[in-house]
Amino acid sequence: MDQRAHNTIEQTSSHGELLSHDDVLGSTLSQAERITSGLLDKVEEAITHYPVSKRSAALPLLHLWQNHFGFIDESGVEWIAAKLDLNSISILELITFYPWFRQKAPGKTIIRVCRTLSCALAGSYEIHEKFCKSTGIDPTCEGHHGIPTSPDAKFSVEFVECLASCGSAPVCLVNKDLVERVSLQDVEDIIKKNS
Amino acid sequence: MSSLIEHPHPKERRIIFENAGKSDYTPDIENYLAHGGYEEAKKAFTMTPEAIVNEVKASNLRGRGGAAFPTGVKWGFIRRDDGKPHYLCVNGDESEPGTFKDRYILHRDPHQLLEGMIITCYALNIHLAYIYVRCEYTHAKEIMEKAIQEARDRGFLGKNIFGMGFDLDIYFHEGAGAYICGEETSLLESLEGKRPYPRIKPPYFPAVLGLYMAPTIVNNVETICHVKHILRLGSAEYAAMGTAGDGGTRVLCVSGDVMKPGPYELAVGSVTLGELIFDICGGLRPGRSLKAIIPGGSSSKVLRANEIFKIKSKADDGTVIDKEVPLLDMVMDAANLAAAGSMIGSAGVIVMDDSRNMLWALNNLNQFYAHESCGQCTPCREGVLWMSKLSTRMIAEGTQESDSISLHNIADHIAGRTVCAFGEAASWPTQSFIDKFPEEFGAQIAHQ
Ligand SMILES: Cc1cc2nc3c(=O)[nH]c(=O)nc-3n(C[C@H](O)[C@H](O)[C@H](O)COP(=O)(O)O)c2cc1C
Ligand code: SF4
Ligand code: FES
Repeated sequence: MDQRAHNTIEQTSSHGELLSHDDVLGSTLSQAERITSGLLDKVEEAITHYPVSKRSAALPLLHLWQNHFGFIDESGVEWIAAKLDLNSISILELITFYPWFRQKAPGKTIIRVCRTLSCALAGSYEIHEKFCKSTGIDPTCEGHHGIPTSPDAKFSVEFVECLASCGSAPVCLVNKDLVERVSLQDVEDIIKKNS
Repeated sequence: MSSLIEHPHPKERRIIFENAGKSDYTPDIENYLAHGGYEEAKKAFTMTPEAIVNEVKASNLRGRGGAAFPTGVKWGFIRRDDGKPHYLCVNGDESEPGTFKDRYILHRDPHQLLEGMIITCYALNIHLAYIYVRCEYTHAKEIMEKAIQEARDRGFLGKNIFGMGFDLDIYFHEGAGAYICGEETSLLESLEGKRPYPRIKPPYFPAVLGLYMAPTIVNNVETICHVKHILRLGSAEYAAMGTAGDGGTRVLCVSGDVMKPGPYELAVGSVTLGELIFDICGGLRPGRSLKAIIPGGSSSKVLRANEIFKIKSKADDGTVIDKEVPLLDMVMDAANLAAAGSMIGSAGVIVMDDSRNMLWALNNLNQFYAHESCGQCTPCREGVLWMSKLSTRMIAEGTQESDSISLHNIADHIAGRTVCAFGEAASWPTQSFIDKFPEEFGAQIAHQ
């Protein structure tokens, strides 16, 4: 196992879940230097789910890492790779493939608006545009493994493909919560509540 | 979760959604046991594995994930005693646009899925199984993992389950936002921690060279849940609910321009498209008329209102005759939709009324496929992006006569030339939209 990973465990803070947004943006330490015992416990537990091949734990570890730090920096790529006895590229190529993973800090509230047909028929383009306009995000901006984020870092807004709730279109995810039949009024309320 | 309506439509026959549809139903194990939970798992252990596989074969259950492949036949590819490890991977990626049924099982009735998995694993001599679920179901992991723990605590999972000397571990595995991971070999690569490029078939049929190159069954969430009910009802009663070769019930997910969109569980072949849209889904918006139906998820070929299909059917004396069937009289099952040149697919029915522009709708789908191609094969990677750029430009700058020919041409050169069926999935919308609505793809001025 990577020696650095061992060394950094000692500097734990008590955060089990996503650090506060100020921590995400403010720290000068790399993520691997800020790993906590809580996160490490979860990592070890996740690896036990894959008795045949440790490599299978790559996605779970990336999820744990991103849930904890908000995004995945270079030290995270290296740490996870070392943990699973892989080259860094085997982790990096996952981050660049899967739309869910990010290499840059997101806004505090992440809004994912469904773009696909059933939601588009029900007005999701207007919903997306209103989210972007009210938060100061350029609606034509694409994330490229960051995510379009408002100048005050309070919001990230992105289009995603079908969220599998087409029967209650249009829908969006506000952080972890699915909002169904989103109206333009709902957009205002969501922004107000999270400002 | 509001589109699973508590009171089923009288035409519905709820088996899979019997409990998930009740507003006071909770996902904990006590509640599941109070509703007859795990009775069929216990029953399974009194049967021989062969008898279970035979029941599934006789039930005429077809996969609910997209290909409508007979589940019993698929299971028959696994040789229980070949000395190799076998795996079960349940496909809960649910990413085909228009499809939204597995979400209710995963969130509201997790133990029903676990029970189906236990029966499947016992029948096929599987001791390690995974549930692969899209991560956009942000609460599913918590709910399913709690259910797994509850089942473990009761001795229904882990070592020596039900005291029957059989070991089984089930784990939950989250995807990360990629549609292609619903394709079964991509799912396996994803589960192995690799870039999820689909594998080429042959030789990599999951039942032969699946997870970790061992024989593996990949089945959809809904498919696996049906297994419990086949044991409960018996294969004869289960099969009798459906049509010849296509048994049981099936959840049809309706979205788009209808008054009451939602998931409706119906006996296979029990309703026509007209009954589904105008009776069950409350019809179209006031003053609107029907324009198009995408019957089986975004990848299935679009059908045009007022189309008439020639469908072969058996007359009373056994002779096969060509019957003319108007679109709305067509029975919603795998055989009829295939005869109409489309497919039941994932049963995601997207309805569009006369206010909709077909070029705009196609462009929306083209953008989806352009975003989701895994990039492994050149015709797909380049072709779907090209189609998307072309249809986007047609909307913005107007259409030239040659554009629809180019679009169709690109699609024709993708389908059949790729590693996985995404190539067809991405080509069928373009081909069918242009073929069925040529007047909307001719030369015209810009739409804006
Ligand atoms: C591009 C593509 C996407 C697919 N997406 C899904 C999906 O999201 N869920 C699913 O169950 N099957 C999906 N399938 C079908 C699977 O490959 C596979 O046939 C299915 O999971 C088998 O289960 P079944 O026999 O129970 O239907 C997809 C297939 C293709 C080609
Ligand atoms: S057809 Fe498309 S999605 Fe399938 S393997 Fe090829 S590039 Fe990937
Ligand atoms: S199209 Fe938006 S949830 Fe499916």
